Amino acid sequence: MASEGHLSAIKGAKVLMVGAGGIGCELLKTLALSGFQDIHIIDMDTIEVSNLNRQFLFRQSHVGQSKAKVARDAVLNFRPGMSITPHHANVKDPEFNVEFFKQFNVVLNGLDNLDARRHVNRLCLAADVPLVESGTTGFLGQVIKMIFSLWQQSISLKGQVTVHIKGKTECYECQPKPAPKTYPVCTITSTPSKFVHCIVWAKDLLFAKLFGDKNQENDLNVRSSDATNSSEQAKDVFERRKDEDFGQYGRRIYDHVFGYNIELALSNEETWNKRKRPRPIYSKDFLSEELNHQNGNVDNSCLTDAFSSVSAMASLGLKNPQDKWSLLESTRVFLEALKQFFLKREKEIGNLSFDKDDQLAVEFVTAAANIRAASFGIPLHSLFEAKGIAGNIVHAVATTNAIIAGLIVIEAIKVLQKDTDNYRCGSIPFYLFRMTYCLEHVSRKMLLMPVEPYEPNKACYVCSETPLLLEINTYRSKLRDFVEKIVKAKLGMNFPLIMHGSNLLYEVGDDLDDDMVANYAANLEKVLSELPSPVNSGTMLTVEDLQQELVCSINIKHRMLLNFHSFQGWENVHSLTNLDEFDEEKEPDGMVLTGWTQAPAVVGNGGSTSNARQAEAEKDTEVDEISEPSGKKRKLSEVDIPNAADGTGNHKEVKELDDDDDDDDLVMLDDLDSVTNKKKRLQ
Amino acid sequence: MDGEELTEQETALYDRQIRVWGADAQRRLSKSHILVYGMKGAVAEFCKNIVLAGVGSLTLVDDRLVTEEAFSANFLIPPNENVYSGKTIAEVCCNSLKEFNPMVRVLVEKGDLSSFGGEFYDKFDVVVVSCCSVAKKNLINEKCRKLSKRVAFYTVDCRDSCGEIFVDLQNHKYSKQKLEETVECQLQYPSFEEAISVPWKVLPRKTSKLYFAMRVIEQFEEAEGRGVGEISVPDLPGVLKLKKEICEANSLNASRIPDTLLERLIMGAREFPPVCAIIGGILGQEVIKALSGKGDPLKNFFFFDVMDGKGIVEDISNTETGRVAVSRGLTLE
Repeated sequence: MASEGHLSAIKGAKVLMVGAGGIGCELLKTLALSGFQDIHIIDMDTIEVSNLNRQFLFRQSHVGQSKAKVARDAVLNFRPGMSITPHHANVKDPEFNVEFFKQFNVVLNGLDNLDARRHVNRLCLAADVPLVESGTTGFLGQVIKMIFSLWQQSISLKGQVTVHIKGKTECYECQPKPAPKTYPVCTITSTPSKFVHCIVWAKDLLFAKLFGDKNQENDLNVRSSDATNSSEQAKDVFERRKDEDFGQYGRRIYDHVFGYNIELALSNEETWNKRKRPRPIYSKDFLSEELNHQNGNVDNSCLTDAFSSVSAMASLGLKNPQDKWSLLESTRVFLEALKQFFLKREKEIGNLSFDKDDQLAVEFVTAAANIRAASFGIPLHSLFEAKGIAGNIVHAVATTNAIIAGLIVIEAIKVLQKDTDNYRCGSIPFYLFRMTYCLEHVSRKMLLMPVEPYEPNKACYVCSETPLLLEINTYRSKLRDFVEKIVKAKLGMNFPLIMHGSNLLYEVGDDLDDDMVANYAANLEKVLSELPSPVNSGTMLTVEDLQQELVCSINIKHRMLLNFHSFQGWENVHSLTNLDEFDEEKEPDGMVLTGWTQAPAVVGNGGSTSNARQAEAEKDTEVDEISEPSGKKRKLSEVDIPNAADGTGNHKEVKELDDDDDDDDLVMLDDLDSVTNKKKRLQ
Repeated sequence: MDGEELTEQETALYDRQIRVWGADAQRRLSKSHILVYGMKGAVAEFCKNIVLAGVGSLTLVDDRLVTEEAFSANFLIPPNENVYSGKTIAEVCCNSLKEFNPMVRVLVEKGDLSSFGGEFYDKFDVVVVSCCSVAKKNLINEKCRKLSKRVAFYTVDCRDSCGEIFVDLQNHKYSKQKLEETVECQLQYPSFEEAISVPWKVLPRKTSKLYFAMRVIEQFEEAEGRGVGEISVPDLPGVLKLKKEICEANSLNASRIPDTLLERLIMGAREFPPVCAIIGGILGQEVIKALSGKGDPLKNFFFFDVMDGKGIVEDISNTETGRVAVSRGLTLE
């Protein structure tokens, strides 16, 4: 490997690294040691204390500085001669366009979110630059997730490295990625059954209502705003009255959301037929007026503190974040945190959004979620646990990142060598590149498992031109819903342009004149069927992102949607689910987008690529595992459904596999291996 | 555990990893003491990982002076003569490692490991050696085994684009999560000497060719009185001759150890940094598992080769000691 050939390929290469976090620090170090000379890094983040346990290029003194810049300086310390160009910016910024990407020989991803990964994937496809993608637990595609689930959890982590080359291997989006979990509004506002429901309520509803943008839609008061209360009155509840001090205000909010609102919910008997009734909680149950006033003596002298040092826990003498608070403690933290927000961070109120690194916000959300949990008989959780749930914190350790970074560099060198060797050796077959699964189960004999890359999915809307199908209520859904929930959230577009035939319905850009801006703004508020160029069942829309150079077509199919909020209660809605309408559990947006994710969670009905893959796997099972008892074949094919659109069905199947004894799993690993061999043989 | 709590500072710094292995494991880590010998690339990677993880202390032994070869795959040595001149490799690395985590004590010990007595090794929970001859590996391994306390012993070697890790945890008890339960397990390890004495003919047909190749090179260096890695292309005929002899003596088909593989191992005197990162990462993970007593540890060899991309675990032991589930029923958290 350490040959002259690869050294010259390395020296002449220009590399783009996206992300200078956990994987990024390790990657930059390994690239530098391996002899790379010209590296660009893009990362918009600044350094946090919780990064320091693994992002070893950063020190305590760097907290708050740009990751890309500090990483550069740190690496130049031990490799002074090389050129590293940092970009403290978002990779989705317009300056990083297709032209920018074209200057690189290879792009290496060390990202932590799906959105940016999809964006980089598209730019690499448009610029025709090879992409080496990586990830650790939490951000893996569905296939990988399922394979990993076969091995029991242990303390170490898993990851994966994949090479994507336009036209030769599948692109990052050829296999659908698991969507972030969403919950039905009713579960959050009225019938929580898990702690995470309480967290979502505390974070997305209560916290947002009190400290966030007042103009944002908020379902917090869905319950109390019906019938007797006018919506005006309900709004007032969360405004501080002029004659109120912060202690009184906090207790009024407390009593409203944990007491009054619960009582109100209890009055709807039907809801609680089959559920445990919640218990209303009032602040007077714990605190006398006097005690509250004692707590109210907040020291005003430290108004200038950085926000991270403002802490309700600290002023209440609560130290260990791993402790579960009593209801009294949660009540105190709730009131204290609310007061501190108003006393010490008043300027931010109105534009705060929850941030897992904002100590006071985490304290408030933990307290509120625990009080709500107590009310609904849900087990309580510590601040440490609540922070993990609220912040979607991904576990991370240095070792996994180091291993992944090593694998990325190996694949990058292979990609570059192929570039230079092309003329001498003819084209090197692409199966030299691979995905490597970083496993952990010792009894399987393999910790790092190479797997051949898959061919592009011919039904992929990103790297092929297959139209998508959108089922949507064209009489109810506004163009805004379509733009926000489908074009941006589902298709991951940044600067969308929407066309119906030759008519422009919407676009984003700096060079638009005022008339057009006004026109598009008006369109956004119209329902689809009432647009200047009406969108109805059978319409085909063209959606384009100019930055990503991605165009896709969407066929519209009208579908009924029931408006849940027009019903009295959640139970009524459930009794109506046999109608042809959306199931809000699965499609909270009331829209169903299909096309590249055609397969339902049923065995053996995937897209074309997956079928082929499955067929191969099954053939191999027959050839290689003759002596094995029957049943393996079925299991393997279950494992190998990459196109399952819905995670829940698969989950059950994976669980089944977990029950199997060790030997069965070993067989599967061999099977995967033989899939690999088969592919080689086919070539 | 004794219920001692992590400090606020520790909880903040180690937040992400406590979410992986738990506060209990973090406490055990912070009380453990590690010794490393031979600061090559993979060991430098390992040291970084273990210092970041927050062990109690790390002691480095490597009295060699810094040369150009030393910093080829070692990012702990800045290529600045003013920094390293007159210092040993261990001293320079120690200064860099200290910066990674102020909560870990990083120390340097001078001298020859094989001359140190039991009272020296007794201070440690983990001993990692690199670039050691077979004889030295055996000697240090035996010193660790003679102690009344259990010291985990590891060897690590990277040659060209290949890497090897050996693990001796003696009699190791640990817990792992199986479905919803926590299961208590136990593993019995052979020493390095016992492991490499296992006759090749009893090893399974699929045993990694790297295992055999590494033993051939090791024996060649030992027989010729060379230091580890002091081998080059002109030695190839001698190595191939030795391979033939060993294979005959062990009734192993000589084609099981490809000549091209041996050639690669001989030519690649310099370490390949991505392999160091991978081997150092796996080793770090294993040491954390061993110290915390959580999760299946490696038993007892690990091999990685860039050429096929596989990271393989081989159990080379004489006795059929599998994992034994001692008791069940401890539910997790």
